[in-house]
Amino acid sequence: MSITMPGPGIPTEISSPVRLVVVSAGVSEPSSTRLLADRTAQKVLDLLREAGTPATVGVVELGPLAVDIAQAIVSGFPGERLQDAINRLAEADALIASTPVYKAGISGLFKSFADVLDNDLLIAKPVILAATAGTARHAMVVDEQLRPLFAFLRAIPAPTSLFAAPEDWGGSALGERIDRAATELVLLLQSGVGRSIADSAWTGYQHQFNGNATRAERGADDVDFSTDLMRMAAGGINGPAVSEPRVGTA
Amino acid sequence: MQFGIFTVGDIAPDPTTGHTQSEAERISNLVRIGQRADEVGLDVFALGEHHNPPFIPSSPPTLLSTVAALTKQIILSTSITLMTTNDPVKIAEDYAMLQHMAKGRLDLMVGRGNTVPVYPWFGKDIRQGVALALENYNLLHRLWREDVVDWEGSFRTPLQGFTSTPRPLDDVPPFVWHGSIRTPEIAEQAAFYGNGYFANHILAPNFHFKPLVDFYRERFEHYGHGTSDQAIVGLGGQAFIAKRSQDAVKTFRPYFENYPVFRGSSLDDFMKSTPLSVGSPQEIIDKTLTFQDGFGDYQRQLFSVDSMGLPVEMALEQVELLGTEVVPVLRKEMAARRAPGVPDAPTHSSLITKKYGDGEPRQPRPNPNRGDNLSGTSPYQDSDPAVEARFPVAV
Repeated sequence: MSITMPGPGIPTEISSPVRLVVVSAGVSEPSSTRLLADRTAQKVLDLLREAGTPATVGVVELGPLAVDIAQAIVSGFPGERLQDAINRLAEADALIASTPVYKAGISGLFKSFADVLDNDLLIAKPVILAATAGTARHAMVVDEQLRPLFAFLRAIPAPTSLFAAPEDWGGSALGERIDRAATELVLLLQSGVGRSIADSAWTGYQHQFNGNATRAERGADDVDFSTDLMRMAAGGINGPAVSEPRVGTA
Repeated sequence: MQFGIFTVGDIAPDPTTGHTQSEAERISNLVRIGQRADEVGLDVFALGEHHNPPFIPSSPPTLLSTVAALTKQIILSTSITLMTTNDPVKIAEDYAMLQHMAKGRLDLMVGRGNTVPVYPWFGKDIRQGVALALENYNLLHRLWREDVVDWEGSFRTPLQGFTSTPRPLDDVPPFVWHGSIRTPEIAEQAAFYGNGYFANHILAPNFHFKPLVDFYRERFEHYGHGTSDQAIVGLGGQAFIAKRSQDAVKTFRPYFENYPVFRGSSLDDFMKSTPLSVGSPQEIIDKTLTFQDGFGDYQRQLFSVDSMGLPVEMALEQVELLGTEVVPVLRKEMAARRAPGVPDAPTHSSLITKKYGDGEPRQPRPNPNRGDNLSGTSPYQDSDPAVEARFPVAV
């Protein structure tokens, strides 16, 4: 499969090198969940190389972070190793999210990891959604569970989801779907749409001060003092009758 | 620099004996803890308002009033007073009265509260928590500074010609700290008024709160109250002290590991990666000095030492060790490291001096009841005659 590259004059705000990050919740060795992600990552890298765009790929394996993830859920704060993983996601230009299907759903490990991410960590980042399962009967899990999860996170899932049951590894159709999803991801990256969305609409999403997102407010220079709440903070009497809450309840 | 203790008045079974204090026991034990803190020379005893078991401080002013009567020098405070679900008018009245009872040994820390059901119990909506806290404090600030207040906001009945009684002691309102762990608007409000900002500094990684403290400092300077290093910063912390380090860890471990908040967490991780200090007096001192290194010179350090089901004898011993072995050294060390020009936290007497210099403080005396349980358009004999109460008109 080949892609038509955007011609001159079409904005390609692609950063260089493109940082692609694989998140895999596979736990066996070798893991078909990781294999699916790796094949997809390789295809994305090939397409980017063809287009003359340098790229790097990193992998976040959730298995070794399982205890850290569980503790972060209990304590409310990630430990050092988990924080490193979160930082890599924050800095990624695009993701490949790959999870096994257990008991008719995505891996609890994957969901728990998603649960400790800031709501704004992945805003407008292109993502390929991928899942593996022991039977083709679970094929819709990726679209029925991963897609809404990434919709909540305001990411941009590629139109084609990837799913592999055991029999898929023996046929060529999976490879074609991988090519298609990789092409979609590369086109999303090259269009710069994710960055444009974040540039133009960032303040419209929920954020938390000093969060993990690369654009998070970290000090007075980043904070918007023109909001209704900030005006009330500076002695204003009449605030909004209904205000947008900040993330969290405390 | 002020040092003290803060408590949420939680009740938990003692994991080593199975004993659970009754509410009556915990309440009188809290009073004892406040007394002991006074006796060993600590500067602050702060009580955190809660409205749900297993916490008992639903009414901090009532309990603090008793502590005030039984102590001599300690400042009473809160950690926190709920600025969202309380009526700011009642806060103005209750804490002004407490300030009189404590002869000025009172300040308070206001905050939002994060227990979801408390909001509907008091007819409020947690989704408006920040706006409630901001608007209510704006009103409280005026109620303590203006004899007659006309006011209209989004969350409570408008006020016309309202006078909050009693007026603050010596007509000097209690100093206010704003407590927040994640909300820049609250830090902004603290900075706008030149009030204090307090980070509870527990249950989170070391220096997690530094960006918000720095934000407050910068905005304090922006609003012209002083330079950023003169902003009034308070920090919390958690400590368990024993003469020997290993005894501290051994004794404290079952309390930590059985407390619901910490189940599934490791004490060793918490000691390493959060402000929790468990060890010998010297270890507590060393760790607390890192707070000054990280946050800059600050004005108030409070420790939580009586939580998690500790029996009262152990809690009293903690207060004693803190007051006799830890704080005297910290006072000396922190003073030696302190940059010149960094102010102390305001107290009632410093605020009197600031307002009146060598002059006599104002003592408001009401005008006589004119027969309708009001004192006319000017509530006090020395009220500015230009300021008239506008009472609601019956039609």
